[in-house]
Amino acid sequence: MHVKEPANDLVARLYRQLRLIRTLEEEVARVYPTDRIKSPVHLSIGQEFVSVAVCDVLRPDDHVSITYRGHAAYIAKGGDLDAMVAEMYGKAAGCAGGRGGSMHLVDMAAGVIGASAVVGTSIPVATGFALAARRRAGGSVVVCFLGDGATEEGCFAESLNFAALHRLPILFVCENNGYAIHEPLAKRWATDRLVERVATYGIPAQRIDSGDLFELRERAAEAVAAMRDGGGPAFLEVTCYRWYEHVGPNRDYDQGYRPESELAPWAETDQVARLAALLPAGERERIDAEVDRRVAAAFAFAEESPFPDPEELHDHVFA
Amino acid sequence: MSSPDRSSPDGASSGGRLLRYVDALCEAFAQEMRRDDSVFLFGLDVDDHKAIQGSTRGLLAEFGAERVFTTPLSEDAMTGVAIGAAMAGMRPIHTHIRMDFLLLCMNQLVNIAAKAHYMYGGAVKVPLVVRSMIGKSWGQGAQHSQALHSMFMHVPGLKVVAPSNAHDAKGCMIAAVRDDNPVIVMEHRLLYPTEAEVPEAPYEVKPGKARIVAPGDDVTVVGISNMVLECLRARELLAEVGISAEVIDPIWLSPLDIDTIARSAARTGRLLVADNGWTACGAGAEIVAQVLERTGDARIAVRRIGFEPTTCPPSPPLEARFYPNPGTVASTVHAMLRPAAAPWQPDPERTRLAHQIQFRGPF
Ligand SMILES: Cc1ncc(C[n+]2csc(CCOP(=O)(O)OP(=O)(O)O)c2C)c(N)n1
Repeated sequence: MHVKEPANDLVARLYRQLRLIRTLEEEVARVYPTDRIKSPVHLSIGQEFVSVAVCDVLRPDDHVSITYRGHAAYIAKGGDLDAMVAEMYGKAAGCAGGRGGSMHLVDMAAGVIGASAVVGTSIPVATGFALAARRRAGGSVVVCFLGDGATEEGCFAESLNFAALHRLPILFVCENNGYAIHEPLAKRWATDRLVERVATYGIPAQRIDSGDLFELRERAAEAVAAMRDGGGPAFLEVTCYRWYEHVGPNRDYDQGYRPESELAPWAETDQVARLAALLPAGERERIDAEVDRRVAAAFAFAEESPFPDPEELHDHVFA
Repeated sequence: MSSPDRSSPDGASSGGRLLRYVDALCEAFAQEMRRDDSVFLFGLDVDDHKAIQGSTRGLLAEFGAERVFTTPLSEDAMTGVAIGAAMAGMRPIHTHIRMDFLLLCMNQLVNIAAKAHYMYGGAVKVPLVVRSMIGKSWGQGAQHSQALHSMFMHVPGLKVVAPSNAHDAKGCMIAAVRDDNPVIVMEHRLLYPTEAEVPEAPYEVKPGKARIVAPGDDVTVVGISNMVLECLRARELLAEVGISAEVIDPIWLSPLDIDTIARSAARTGRLLVADNGWTACGAGAEIVAQVLERTGDARIAVRRIGFEPTTCPPSPPLEARFYPNPGTVASTVHAMLRPAAAPWQPDPERTRLAHQIQFRGPF
C-alpha cells in the first residue's frame, strides 16, 4: 500500500500525541507501585499508534467509545489530562469524580463516551451514539475501539447487524493484539478471518497489519469520509502488540505465556521512535520538553488535589 | 484476633492440615475430577499461568485440555453450552474471574438452568457448577466488585453457596459438584489467602446446616461470605464493652437453614444480618423476614447492614465508607442493645477490613 510522504506539521502533530500517551503511561507505570494509583491500570504502550491515527481524522463533535485499555484513545481524542490522572488517583477532580477509576475514563466535552470494564458491553452503547448521530444528521461519526477478545461476545455480532441494517455512521476499530489476558488467539478462534466474518454483515472490513500509522490514518480517513456522506458502518482490524502485562505496570515476558521474540518486530517498528526520527532534532526536542512538562503537571495536579468528601458517597446514584 | 478462621469449623473430620482457601478449592476440583470422569472445568483463563489465582493450578497437567480449557469471551453462549453438557450427563464447572460477569449469563441461568428440570417434567437434570469470584477493593470499582447472590436466591431451581473459609470452600465445592442441580458458588477474592484446617479426604458440606461460628447471648449476628470474618472481629470489639454476640455463618444461602438462625435470634432477641451486598431485596431482607415468620415473635429486634445503596466507588475514602466493616457491625449492634446510650464507635484502627490489609493490586 503506497502512502504519500507525510507533511512535517502532520508528523509533528501525530508525534506529539504519541509521545504524550507514551510518556504518561510510563509515568503511570512508575508511580503504580507506590499505591497512590489504587485502580487496575491497563497500559496501551505499543498500541498507541492505533488511537492516534484514527482520532486524528475526527472532529470535535465526533465520539469515541473506549475500553478499560483506553488511555491512548482518551488522550488522542482530546480528553482532559489532569482529570484523567486525578481519576486514577481517585481524586474529586477526576473525570468521574473518583467514582470511575482507571477503567472508566470519560470526557463528554471531548467526545469520549466512557469505558466499561465488562468486555464488549461498550460496543452496542457506541452503536446507540451512532444511531443518535444519524438522527441528528450533522455528519458526525462514532469510533468504537475494541479488542480482539471483545469480538467473541454476542453483543458484538448483534451490534454489527444493527449498525449495518440502519447504515449507522460508526467505525469499528478492532485492536488485535493477539491476546485476551494471557490467552492467545489460537485458543479462542478457529480461524483468524475476522474481516471476512464482519463483511458478511454487509460492512466493508479491512485488515491493516503493517503497523504503519500513516497507512492506518488514510484508511480511517476514507472510512470516516464515506460515513459522513451517509455511507454506513465500516470495520478496521489493526494488528498491534501489547508491550506490557494485561493489567499492571510490568513487562511479563518471564511469565511464559508469550515469548519476548514476539515483541522484537514491534519494538523495531515502534511508531513513536519512527515519527521522532522523521522530525528535525530541534522540533522533536521542543515537543518532548513540552510533553514532559504537561505530564508532570498532570501528576502534580493529581497528587495535590483533594479526595472526594466521604459525605458525598451517595451522589450520582440518580440523575 | 483469635484467628477463628484457623480453627476447625465444627463438622470437620480429622486428618486436616492448614490449607489456604484457594488451595482447598483446587484440591476439591482435583479430587472430584479423579473420582468422576464426567467432571470438567472450563471458563476464561482457567488454564493460563495464573490459573484463576491458583485455584485451578495443576489441573491442566493432570487432566488434559479436554477437561480443563479456556473459552472465547462468550459467557452467555458458554453458559448455555455448560447447561447442554450437563443435561447430556456431564458435570461442568464453569468458572468466572468476577461475579459481575454472571450478568452476561443471567438469561441462560435463570431461563434455562433453573427451570429445565421442572419444565421438562423431571426428564433432565442440570448438574452444573458456576464458580464466581467477588473481586473487592483496591479500586476495582463499579463493575468488578459486586456480590449478586441475592439475585440468584430469588430464583427457584438455583442453589447458592458462599463459603467463608477454606474448610467450607472444599466441602461446599465437592457438594456442589455432586449435586444434581445448578449451583452458583460465590467465592471471595479476599478470602483466598486465608487458612483453615482442611481434611485431606473428600467430604461434603451440604445445604441444610448453618454454623454457629462463635456463641453469644445478647445478639445474633449473621455474616455472609467474607462478612463472617468481619463479624468475628466485631464480636471481639463488642466483648470489650460487655456485649456478647453469637455469630452465625449460613454457608448455603439457597436452600437456607433458617432454623439455626431463628433459634438463636429467638434466644438473644436481636438479629443483625451483615451482608456482603446491597440490602434492598437482599439476603438480609430474606433472612430477617424468614426469622420473623418462623418465630412469630415480633419482639425480635432486627437490623440489616451491607453495601451502601450506591455503586462501588474506587476512590479510597469513598470505598472505605461503602463497605460495612467490623466497626459498622459493632456500632450497629451497640445501638440495638443500648439505644439510650451515646453512639459508640470502636477505634477506627481496629476496624479495618480483615483482609484489606494484606491485599494489594494489581488484581
Ligand atoms: C464480559 C467479561 N468477561 C471477561 C472479562 C475479563 N477480561 C478483562 S480484559 C479481558 C481480555 C479482553 O481482551 P481483548 O478484547 O482482546 O482486549 P485487550 O485487553 O487485549 O486490549 C478479559 C477476558 C471481562 N472484563 N468482561
